[in-house]
Amino acid sequence: MKLRELAHSRTGDKGDISNISVIAYDPADYPLLEQYVTPERVKEHFAGIVHGKVVRYALPALGALNFVMERALGGGVTRSLALDAHGKCLSSALLALDIPELDGRRSAITAAETGRP
Amino acid sequence: MQTLRIGSGAGYSGDRIEPALELAEKGEIQYLVFECLAERTIALAQQAKLKDPTKGYDPLLGDRMEAVLRTCRDKGIKIITNMGAANPMSGAAKIAEIAQSLGIDGLKIAAVTGDDVLESLRGADLPIIETGGPVSALVGVVSANAYLGAAPIVDALKNGADVVITGRAADPALFLAPLIYEFDWSMDDWERLGKGTVVGHLLECAGQITGGYFADPGIKDVSNLARLGFPIAEVRADGSAVITKVEGSGGKVTAQTCKEQLLYEIHDPGRYLTPDVVADFSSVSISEIGPDRVLIEGGGGRPRTDTLKVSVGYVEGYTGEGQISYAGPGAAARGRLALEIVRERLKLTGVRTSELRFDLIGVDAIHGSALSASNGEPYEVRVRVAGRTDSIKEATRIGNEVETLYTNGPAGGGGATKSVREIVAVASVLLPRSAASPQIHYLGA
Repeated sequence: MKLRELAHSRTGDKGDISNISVIAYDPADYPLLEQYVTPERVKEHFAGIVHGKVVRYALPALGALNFVMERALGGGVTRSLALDAHGKCLSSALLALDIPELDGRRSAITAAETGRP
Repeated sequence: MQTLRIGSGAGYSGDRIEPALELAEKGEIQYLVFECLAERTIALAQQAKLKDPTKGYDPLLGDRMEAVLRTCRDKGIKIITNMGAANPMSGAAKIAEIAQSLGIDGLKIAAVTGDDVLESLRGADLPIIETGGPVSALVGVVSANAYLGAAPIVDALKNGADVVITGRAADPALFLAPLIYEFDWSMDDWERLGKGTVVGHLLECAGQITGGYFADPGIKDVSNLARLGFPIAEVRADGSAVITKVEGSGGKVTAQTCKEQLLYEIHDPGRYLTPDVVADFSSVSISEIGPDRVLIEGGGGRPRTDTLKVSVGYVEGYTGEGQISYAGPGAAARGRLALEIVRERLKLTGVRTSELRFDLIGVDAIHGSALSASNGEPYEVRVRVAGRTDSIKEATRIGNEVETLYTNGPAGGGGATKSVREIVAVASVLLPRSAASPQIHYLGA
């Protein structure tokens, strides 16, 4: 399944640094995020876009991870030639990350559709 | 005072205006804050001020004040804003003029200056945070503004200001200042300053916490975004707060919207640097306590640092750009052919660029080909070529080479556009606190 089924995400920017949050819909899924959304996988996912290091901050109480990616915005929002100079669309791209299907675990979206809180 | 109600009337310079009026009329707020300065905004405002010394404040200052000033005056709502941009004094004069035209008497307006540190920076050998190089090596510097903290705004409120207008101030400081003033927090009560900074951070992007920048149909639905309500924080003296919005307005306030905004561009959640405090967001807890009511607790802070961040704006050449569309069967192939033609033309005609970019919008323009793999052929594509140059003349030639595809390129190219703009880039340095000396000026209306 895609990360999009487990988590939501928002991108922010400062200079040439992009900041992407990944937040579990269901806090019970947080360990999956911790296990499969590693800085190494994020860096690999954004190969060709992110040229610097990727640092991950963990916020287990919020069921969230926060990624800080350096040299990610074409030299900086104010000088980038990119169509999306702020990198606002990066969060949606990260949600396309593949997460292994696990036995017995329904995705948060399916759960929401069936009315589970 | 049990709780203080603060409304956020703008999340950026060009933001919607009527949600702020809705907050003033129906939000039962005591403060209305407008945060309107992005990283580069002040450099652009400085250029406007160089052309006309009476300008350089936010272009929408007049419209916003005309919309809310009467209601705020009638209800005793105080206004705090960084819409002074590069010229808080002229911004204050503009507000006084509007007050007069609305027949408002006895309004006390405070302008905070001292964030402009261009003179202190000249000849200084400070390293640029982003590149490590010396700031003295930057050519074409147009502005240097330090992020001021809450202190001068607190002083203005103590002196009875109804409206406080600043230039560069840390975004959360605009919200922290009324908390410090109303709850009589000490300027070294790091725990509360940290909690107040959390509240300020949650509010500073306005609609981004009430359902804006959030909707994803089918997964994250948000109703009535055309009538999005802006946020209100009900803050208690201990620094905890409930985030809510005007009843009946569009959007929603949920734990999810609050979590996304809490982590928005903060980098290390345990160490969010502001001029007032090193705030800790990592211990914040977020819980829904009612419809569109979310309780924010926890968070804290440690002593502030000895330096202030300074944004240095400088002119770094020009960007030239051209676009043209192709549609129907074979659109993508014609688009790719168009890009190849322009690439060759720019070489053949010797256009001097330091960086070039060739995009096929609708195919792989945003994230490149690796992430954009798709099965279907798009019905339409838009060709985009952008480049960085040293002169306007060279930049103009880029768009021209796209436009000439009309009669020289692939079949059926339409809707060509071209543009040239000056690049105002921003670098950051850290300056000792003593180099910036905030001042407050009062105007009456």
